[in-house]
Amino acid sequence: MAHPPFFLHRSSFTAACDTMTDSPQEPLRPLWLLAELTYSCPLQCPYCSNPLRLGERARELATDDWLRVLGEARKLGAIQLGLSGGEPLLRKDLEVIVGEARRLGFYTNLLTSGMGMDEARIAALKDAGLDHIQVSFQADDPDLNNRLAGSDSFRKKVEVARRVKAHGYPMVLNIVMHRHNLDRMREILDMALALEADYVELANTQYYGWALANRDYLLPTRDQLQRAEAVAHDYQARFGDRMKIYFVVPDYFEGRPKPCMNGWGRIFLSVAPDGTALPCHAAADLPGLMLPNVRDHSLEWIWNDSPDFNYFRGESWMQQPCAGCDERATCFGGCRCQAYLLTGDAAAADPACSKSASHDVILEAVERAAGLRSLPQPIMRNKRNVARALRHPVGSPPGRADTPLSD
Amino acid sequence: MSTVDPDACYGIAPGHRMQWEEVQQSWVILYPEGMVQLNDSAAEALRRCDGRTPLSSVITDLEAAFDEADLSADVLELIDAALQQGWVCLR
Repeated sequence: MAHPPFFLHRSSFTAACDTMTDSPQEPLRPLWLLAELTYSCPLQCPYCSNPLRLGERARELATDDWLRVLGEARKLGAIQLGLSGGEPLLRKDLEVIVGEARRLGFYTNLLTSGMGMDEARIAALKDAGLDHIQVSFQADDPDLNNRLAGSDSFRKKVEVARRVKAHGYPMVLNIVMHRHNLDRMREILDMALALEADYVELANTQYYGWALANRDYLLPTRDQLQRAEAVAHDYQARFGDRMKIYFVVPDYFEGRPKPCMNGWGRIFLSVAPDGTALPCHAAADLPGLMLPNVRDHSLEWIWNDSPDFNYFRGESWMQQPCAGCDERATCFGGCRCQAYLLTGDAAAADPACSKSASHDVILEAVERAAGLRSLPQPIMRNKRNVARALRHPVGSPPGRADTPLSD
Repeated sequence: MSTVDPDACYGIAPGHRMQWEEVQQSWVILYPEGMVQLNDSAAEALRRCDGRTPLSSVITDLEAAFDEADLSADVLELIDAALQQGWVCLR
């Protein structure tokens, strides 16, 4: 799956509606619950942000575990539910999970490749109360799409997108953008218009998991990005009333980090297929985390009291240049996982920031990829390639330290 | 400037859901992967936009409910912004 963006809008009307702001007395709530139901997937996208160790289906949470997690999360204030993976349609109990989520008052989002969706299933999900379906595409061109997905999936995706609209769901198309499809921005947006997408997420690749191991293969050039962004803005201006277009900022090129998860343990809670609860779905490789499991702990304890969710909460963990930086309330120091993966220190500034002492590693990666005369072959995301991806010098985590990060 | 028609009926847009959130003690509008938290006055106005009631009646009702003289400009501005955000639509 792609690294999900999160849009949390607060009302900002002038006369009739006060602007809502965080108040220090307000407790933090996991407004967004990401349920990664399985890491199994019929697709093999080399930009997948799932962890390199994909895990066994036998260790996945049972239906009852998920239903309990949903109830506990709702009590904590969770309201948006992302049903993701891997491919969530591989779970035969998806309709049961959706039904319970809807009954509890969640807004239910299914994030799918489309593979495994047929007429009976999409109708059953509607009956269960599913609110929205996000369909991923790799490209507008069938051959490119299928090559990137490692699977003959394009025709099926088009069929599913039409079914989504025919059943009256709001539809988001998600396209992860990189070197191999950025030059097709215009064609991709034309496809989205033709499929009557309500929203398009142009998700510039985030380099975690499989994407990091394939970084040289995926990183675009600055010129490519600028051209593609100009096209996206042109379409926003021309078709914004029909289709909302989100261009997810490519943090390697911006000089500023993304506000990852809107801050650690602030609004986002992810539960991995095996029940591990994480403040960010890429956090499993950070050193020193206890990785609490929903089988062993209540979600309330995990969210409020577990060491993991408190490690990088607030600002007390920040070092220079984050501590005292006047932008720290905007970016929250960026991404802890990216800081660790690229600097070896999870409490360092995100190196995507030009103020980071390690910003060179980002600039060098961009420069190196732009200068490559021949691109490496992608390591496709599948179980056969796990060992190969883990051996990859860029993709593998710096090595799990046994000592805790800090107290 | 405003394209809002007081004689028209507005409702929460398809794919959007307005609900009371007990934990937040506020009304929210939910939509794909997002949420807007409403303050009390916005919530009172949008709750009355049921797709069947003309906006002028919504305004009259609000003025009566809150004993306010003229809420017309405020409500038109709210609906205009909500239309632009895609939270409500014309029925």
